[in-house]
Amino acid sequence: MQNSRVKLRWVSKMRDVVIIGAGQTKFGEHWEKSLRELAVEAGLRAIEDAGIYSKDIDAIYGGNMSAGSSTFQDNIGTLIADFTGLAINNIPAIRVENGSASGAAALHEGFIAVASGIYDTVLVGGVEKLTDVPMENITDVISGEIDREWEAFNGSTLAASAAMIARRYMYEYNAKREHIAYIPVISHRHGSLNPYAHYKNTIKIEDVLNSTIVADPLTMLDCAPISDGASAVILTTMENAKKLKNDGIVRIKASTLASDFISLHSRDNITSFRSTIEASRKAYKMAKLEPKDISFVELHDAYSIFGMIALEDLGFFRKGEAGKYLEEGYGNLDSKLPINPSGGLKAKGHPLGATGVGQVVESVFQLRKQADKRQVSDPRYALTHSMSGAGGSSIIHILEVV
Amino acid sequence: MTIPRFWREFEHRYRLIGTKCPSCGRVYFPPRDVCPYCHRESVGKMQKYELKNTGKIYSFTVVYQDIPDFKELKPYIMAIVEMDDGPKITGQIVDASPEEIKIGMPVKAVFRRIREESPSGIIEYGYKFVPI
Amino acid sequence: MVGIVSYGSYIPKWRIKVEEIARVWGEDPEDIKNGLFIYSKSVPGPDEDTATISVEALRNALSRKRINDVGAIYVGSESHPYAVKPTATIVAEATGFSPNITAADFEFACKAGTAAMQTVMGMVKAGMIRHGIAIGADTSQGAPGDALEYSASAGGTAFIIGEKDTIAEIKATYSITTDTPDFWRREGQDYPRHGGRFTGEPAYFRHILETSKKIMELMKTKPEDYSYAVFHQPNGKFPSRAAKTLGFKESQIKQGLIVPYIGNTYSGSMITGLSAILDIAKPGDRILAVSFGSGAGSDAFHIEVTDGIENYPRENAPDVWKQINSGKFIDYAIYAKFKGKIKMGE
Repeated sequence: MQNSRVKLRWVSKMRDVVIIGAGQTKFGEHWEKSLRELAVEAGLRAIEDAGIYSKDIDAIYGGNMSAGSSTFQDNIGTLIADFTGLAINNIPAIRVENGSASGAAALHEGFIAVASGIYDTVLVGGVEKLTDVPMENITDVISGEIDREWEAFNGSTLAASAAMIARRYMYEYNAKREHIAYIPVISHRHGSLNPYAHYKNTIKIEDVLNSTIVADPLTMLDCAPISDGASAVILTTMENAKKLKNDGIVRIKASTLASDFISLHSRDNITSFRSTIEASRKAYKMAKLEPKDISFVELHDAYSIFGMIALEDLGFFRKGEAGKYLEEGYGNLDSKLPINPSGGLKAKGHPLGATGVGQVVESVFQLRKQADKRQVSDPRYALTHSMSGAGGSSIIHILEVV
Repeated sequence: MTIPRFWREFEHRYRLIGTKCPSCGRVYFPPRDVCPYCHRESVGKMQKYELKNTGKIYSFTVVYQDIPDFKELKPYIMAIVEMDDGPKITGQIVDASPEEIKIGMPVKAVFRRIREESPSGIIEYGYKFVPI
Repeated sequence: MVGIVSYGSYIPKWRIKVEEIARVWGEDPEDIKNGLFIYSKSVPGPDEDTATISVEALRNALSRKRINDVGAIYVGSESHPYAVKPTATIVAEATGFSPNITAADFEFACKAGTAAMQTVMGMVKAGMIRHGIAIGADTSQGAPGDALEYSASAGGTAFIIGEKDTIAEIKATYSITTDTPDFWRREGQDYPRHGGRFTGEPAYFRHILETSKKIMELMKTKPEDYSYAVFHQPNGKFPSRAAKTLGFKESQIKQGLIVPYIGNTYSGSMITGLSAILDIAKPGDRILAVSFGSGAGSDAFHIEVTDGIENYPRENAPDVWKQINSGKFIDYAIYAKFKGKIKMGE
């Protein structure tokens, strides 16, 4: 494998990019709302929260993965521009797709646009409408994130990929099955405090172990639900932001993206996500921070094992040791490293394209101390981790309150 | 899967024909046109390579999801097999029960039906693995 | 002299007992076992068919001896996966013989495989091709609750035939063909039908006995001149009776009598029994191999094992009795699911 090329020469020439508005819909089953309606709802909340007008927006970046395969609707960027009422200004609009990380990818693109000076103020959103897909096709749509020809065709699914990773992880590190179950337990504990969450019940380790098997050893409670939802943020330059607001400004200190081989079988090792290691290494360098500086982390726990491995790949724990620390209480709101204060993908929900932006929306609320019952005490730096497929790509954002 | 999309992969799906990089000697399956390690040196030079059909199980799972194509086989065993020639391949393990499967177990590739387009459509064959 | 250069068989792993089928349809298993001399049969997995079985049988033959110069491949079956698109094209592609080869599928009920053998023998003898492949394989269906359900099974055998370096010479072959409607399936029908007791004397016995006697007349041989004899095996009774009528001893047919454990593999039936014999045959052994195909016809072969079998690596592929004895038993529900007998939703 090539060594990480952490070339950040351009960092010094970048403009300071900040978030001045954030908003999202509830994540859950929205039978009565269409994809367009969800996108508009989230977008309007973010615009209102920012205190700007639609004419102030220079471009739209929309993250969405499955509209094409589930409802045969493409050209999503244009669609969102249309229904948010902005197409009338011929606004530049584009859909960004990176599987489950589509939203975070849209944010990365929006960040690059503002940082480089191409645009000043952009609306970044993510939206997904999974309940429009017939139940029997959902697994197949999601299998679009793994290698369709050589993994899905032969019978693999994203859950099966996660399960094979879990089994190999337990084999290589002699890890306990219970350790992996901590992730959904923690996510549910925090999700129960989040009014935006899909699931508000709490669960125990035994519940995870005894739940219906999806792909052995993973059960239903190891897997994020099928959710609808939308989330959005408004990005602008620090200069602009200071003119508009006095508080509630959150700076994007790092926005990084890294890829890996799409299929598990092409990788040298499947118990680590190289894309997460690379993206986070670049992010820490960009932000001039270390893992110990992070106040809380929003992990991509589409599957429990993904969250667990991410904790190690993000540098919080050494390989094979995440379980030990989770057992000791890490992850709770009042611990040294709160995990998924939003409820994570497992409890808050996982409307694919909306997820990554949703993690950032949560981080903004947390950093502004607007997170109510699930507030992390005195947070300074937030790290969000979004992934596509089984680690095919990872996108990291590090945020700080200004 | 449409006919041309499936047909062009026959020799890969039927006979485990991959590619070998003449520079570094690594074998790839599925076949690659560019070696991820040697890049330009490998372009246009990758050689066809027929893999030996034996390998060992690298990881596996038992799938309980409702996948329409594999309804009669549920629950079925999905595995990543590390082939003796080097590359790892994702495929089902058949003619075995989940309790028998262990990481490191030797298996060999066999020719099986993977799925069919429809009762009137073409049959898509490919590789699966059985314990040796 | 034209003969067998390499051979290989494949029998699917799943088995179902006569008791289990009888339980579902309210029959007395002891009656069935005594009447048919069948105890269990092989069942193909839902991901197996005549093409996959043919490929595995041929791959077994090739792992014993890889032959590259093959000019023709014919697959005989009554359960080809496609009614139009030869199984032989899939087998040729999957074993690396495409594109420089001629191919087609054969159908003659249970003797489609031996018909393919005769064709390939002729092409080799005529100098048209160096080697030819003849395969007989089936995943036969028996209508639920019908007598055939106890015997209709799955399996296949491949022969690579040539003139040089044979392990067994096919010194003579003799056939008869008549229009005898003992067992048939109309186009579009799921299951075959048969004439009950009519399938005995006027069909099976008439044809098998006639070709057997005729070929021994031609070769000036008597039953005691043969080390082994193998006949088409629709059940365990018919071939035993035919052998006895002709004057063969039980010990001569024992090795090739596989039907009691794996049922009637139709186009794979006699030739898989022949494969079992080749698994233990020694140089100089004479084999009488006689197939029967409903409709009807019979192909008889006089085979003599050569010295070539001494250095031929039979151990490179699993032998027939090893495959027979490594089966896994399933119940009727799983059997019905595997064989697609359950009406599924859309």
